[in-house]
Amino acid sequence: MTTEQPLLRVSNLAKYYGSRLGCADVSFELWPGEVLAIVGESGSGKTTLLNSLSATLEPSAGETLYRMRDGQWRNIYDLSEAERRFLVRTDWGFVHQNPADGLRMTVSAGANVGERLMAVGDRHYGNIRATALDWLGRVEIAADRIDDQPRSFSGGMRQRLQIARNLVTGPRLVFMDEPTGGLDVSVQARLLDLLRGLVGELGLAAIVVTHDLAVARLLSHRMMVMKDGHVIEAGLTDRVLDDPREPYTQLLVSSILQV
Amino acid sequence: MTTVAQYNFAYLDEQTKRMIRRAILKAVAVPGYQVPFSSREMPMPYGWGTGGVQVTASIIGPSDVLKVIDQGADDTTNAVSIRAFFAKVAQVETTTRTAEATIIQTRHRIPEKPLGKGQILVYQVPIPEPLRYLEPRETETRKMHALEEYGLMHVKLYEDIARHGRIATTFAYPVKVEGRYVMDPSPTPKFDNPKMHMSAALQLFGAGREHRIYAVPPHTEVVSLDFEDHPFTIQHFPEPCALCGAREVYLDEVILDDHGGHMFVCSDTDHCEDRRAAGHVGPLGVAQKAAE
Amino acid sequence: MYVAVKGGEAAIANAHALLADRRRGDRSVPGLRLDQIIQQMGLAVDRTMGEGSLYDTELAALALVQARGDLIEAIFLVRAFRTTLPRFGYSNPVRTEAMLIERRISATFKDLPGGQMLGPTFDYTHRLLDAGILDDVVPAPVARPAEDAAAPRVTDLLGRQGLIEPDGETDPDRPVGDLTREPLDFPLDRDLRLQALARGDEGFLLALAYSTQRGYGRNHPFVGEIRIGEVEVEFDVPELGFAVNLGRIRVTECQMVNQFKGSAKVPPQFTRGYGLVFGQAERKAMAMSLVDRALRARELGEDIVAPAQDEEFVISHSDNVQATGFVEHLKLPHYVDFQADLDLIRRMRAEHDAAALKEAAE
Repeated sequence: MTTEQPLLRVSNLAKYYGSRLGCADVSFELWPGEVLAIVGESGSGKTTLLNSLSATLEPSAGETLYRMRDGQWRNIYDLSEAERRFLVRTDWGFVHQNPADGLRMTVSAGANVGERLMAVGDRHYGNIRATALDWLGRVEIAADRIDDQPRSFSGGMRQRLQIARNLVTGPRLVFMDEPTGGLDVSVQARLLDLLRGLVGELGLAAIVVTHDLAVARLLSHRMMVMKDGHVIEAGLTDRVLDDPREPYTQLLVSSILQV
Repeated sequence: MTTVAQYNFAYLDEQTKRMIRRAILKAVAVPGYQVPFSSREMPMPYGWGTGGVQVTASIIGPSDVLKVIDQGADDTTNAVSIRAFFAKVAQVETTTRTAEATIIQTRHRIPEKPLGKGQILVYQVPIPEPLRYLEPRETETRKMHALEEYGLMHVKLYEDIARHGRIATTFAYPVKVEGRYVMDPSPTPKFDNPKMHMSAALQLFGAGREHRIYAVPPHTEVVSLDFEDHPFTIQHFPEPCALCGAREVYLDEVILDDHGGHMFVCSDTDHCEDRRAAGHVGPLGVAQKAAE
Repeated sequence: MYVAVKGGEAAIANAHALLADRRRGDRSVPGLRLDQIIQQMGLAVDRTMGEGSLYDTELAALALVQARGDLIEAIFLVRAFRTTLPRFGYSNPVRTEAMLIERRISATFKDLPGGQMLGPTFDYTHRLLDAGILDDVVPAPVARPAEDAAAPRVTDLLGRQGLIEPDGETDPDRPVGDLTREPLDFPLDRDLRLQALARGDEGFLLALAYSTQRGYGRNHPFVGEIRIGEVEVEFDVPELGFAVNLGRIRVTECQMVNQFKGSAKVPPQFTRGYGLVFGQAERKAMAMSLVDRALRARELGEDIVAPAQDEEFVISHSDNVQATGFVEHLKLPHYVDFQADLDLIRRMRAEHDAAALKEAAE
C-alpha cells in the first residue's frame, strides 16, 4: 500500500429507524487495497451499516468522507443525486447477496457486463463486447455463454457475473453483502478464491458484510465485530480470530469450525 | 334536460387551450423534454390520437389549412374521422396536399415531401417514454432523463446486435435531440427519422393518455442512437412504387391474391398522386388520364 | 389494374347509420325513455355518473341509451362532455355524518348510535330469476319511523377513544388536488389518489381489493361502516362570505377499519381505508376503501410487495376510459410499422436460410 491517504473516513455514523437503533458510533478508516469485513449475527446492524456506507441509506448522524479520483474529500451524503449515481456506477461496486438484485436477469451476460461501459459513454459495440468477453474469462464464465441470460446460469455463475459487472469500470471500492450467502459450500470456496485473486490483483478496497467468519478469514485484512448496532471489537483479522478479546467475539469464534 | 352542449372553436375551451399552449411553449424551449400537461378527455378514445388532437385544437386558427394522415394516407378511417372532427368544430379548410397544409396531424409517418418553414407537424404519440419498456416506473425514468442516464437505451441496442446481428428496432427508433434528451419519435418507421433532423418545420408531439407533450423546434439536431461500428441505417426497398415508380420512399405491401402475389405502393398517398399527376408511372400503374 | 382502397369517409358514415339502426332495434318495440332508465336501471345510471365523474342522472341515462347499454362507452360519453364544462370552483367537503341515511350498516359494532339500517340491498335476497317482477305489481315498502338520534360515523366514535388514527388534517390553504386539471405526478398525495379511485373502474378495483384479501398485500379489514343516502353540497361564494347550498346528491361511503400493529413511525392502532362514490355503489365503495388502504403502504412504512400497494401500477391502470382506448386502438391500422417488421423478418430469414445452405454445402 503505497498511497499515504485512506480512501474512506467514517466518523460517528449512526442510523435510527424511528426510535429503534440500526447502528451507532461507528468510526473507522479504510485504505486503498484494504479489505474490511463486518461480521455479526443477523440483526446486529451490519447490513444497515453497509447500506449507510454505500449511501443507499441516509444515516441519522455522522459522516462518511470519500476521497474522489481527483483527490478531493467529499462527504458522500452531501453529493448530489447525479454525483452519487455516477460514483456508484463508476468508482464503486455493490455485490448483492442475491445476484438477481444486482443483475438484469432478462438481459444477456454480455450486456450485463457492458452496461456500465455504455453508461459512461462507450459507443463501440465491438470494444464493449471484447471487454465483456475478457471479464467473463476473468470470472471463469465460458465465452460461449456471453449471449445467454443470467436466468439460465447457476447461482455461482450468477454471482461471478455480478462481480464482473461491477468490476468492469475499474472501481476503487466495492461493497459486498454476504457475497457467498446463497451458495453451496463447494461453490462458496471457488468464489472466495476468485474474489481473493481479483481483489489482490486489482488492488481493490472492499467492505464485506458477512455472518460467516470463514469468509472474513479468507478475504479480509481487518474486521469489525458488531453486536446490537455497535462495533464491539475491531482489529487485524488474524488477531481478532485467533485472539478475540470480547466475550461475544470469543463465543462467535468458538461456535464455528476452525479454518 | 341539459340544453344541447355548445362547443367552443376547435372544441376545447380557451382555458384549456392556454394551458396546452403553455406546455407547448415549454416543450419548444426544452427540445425533446416531455412536458406533463393536464390531458382532457376528448370525444375520441385514448390511443386514437387524443394527444395530437389536443395539440392541434390548441394551435389551430380559422386561417389554418389542415391535413390529417394515418399510415401516410389521408383516407384511412381514423384520419378521415379526425379531419371531419376539425372541419366540424373549427370549420377550417382541410387538404390532402402536403404542400398546402399549415398543420399536418400524423400517425406513424412523416410525409415524403420535405416540410417547410411555417408548417407544423403534429404527431400522435401512444407511449412517449423511450425508456418505458426498459424501466416501467415513471419516477425512475424521470430521474434517468434528468441525470442523462441513457446507458440502458444502448443496452437494448446491444442486445439487438448480439441476438440478431443488427439493431432490430424498426419503428419508434429512439433519437437524441439537440445532444440532450433521448426521445421517442412516436411509432414512425425508422425510415422517417432522418426527416426530423434539422427540419424547417416545427414538430409537436402529443400523448393524451400519458399526459405528455414534447417538441422539436425547427432546425434542431435529431440523431438516431447507434454504435460507432453499427451505425444507424434506414430501410431500402428493392422495388419502386408499383403505381408511380418512386424509389427511396416508404412503401406499403399490398397482397394481390392468395398465391403470394404482392406489390409495393407508396405509403404517402399524396406523394404518389402528385407523382402520377406529373406523369410518373410505375410497373403496375397506368398513365394518369387512363386511370380516371 | 390496381386501385388503392378509398372511401373511408363513406364507410364511416354508413357504419354509423347501421350503428344507429342497431341501437334502436325493432321500431315496433317502444323506444326507451330516460325516466324509465333513471327509475328502473338506477344502479347503471349511478355507475355511469360515478366513473363518468359527473352527477347528472339524465345525462347518464342518455349516455346509457346512446351506448346501447355499454357502461364503459356511456362513461366515456359522460367524461367527454364533462371535460368541456366550465369550472367555477370546488365545493366544500360533503358532511357525510349529516347524511339523510337510507342504508347504514356496521360490521364492527352490533348496535350503535343511530342504529343499523339495511335499506334497499341485494344482500340476503336469493338470486333466483323471478319472472314475477314483470307483472309490475310491487307493494309499497314499509317505512320505518324516523329516528331522531344522530348517526355519527363509526370512525368518529373510535376516533374519540384514540383507537384509530386521526383522519388527517389538510392545510386549508392548500389547493384541492384535481387530476382532471393537473397532470399526475407520482408519488401522489392521498386526495388525488382518492379522486383517481373514485373515478376508477369498478371491476379493476374489485379485483385488486379481492387480491388484498387473498394475501397480496393483506391489511386485515373490517367494515367499520357503509352508509348510503343524500348529502348536501355546499359551495363557498367568496363575494357572499358564507356557503351556499347547491342541492343534494346521493352517495355511498365506506369506512374500512384496518388492524395495524404499528411501525417505526406509528404506534399500534386501527388505520383507515376510505371509499366515497356517487349514487348507490356499495361494491365500488368497498373496493375503493380496500385499495386506498393498500396504497397507504408507503405512508405507513409497510413493505410494498403486492400489486394493490403499488401506486403507479394501480392509478396508471384504473381508468377504464384510458384503458379501453388504448386496448382498442390496436384495431387501428398499423401497416407502416408492420411493414417495417415484415421487412426485417424477411431479411433475417434470408440470411438464416443462406447460412443454413452454406453449412449444408460444407
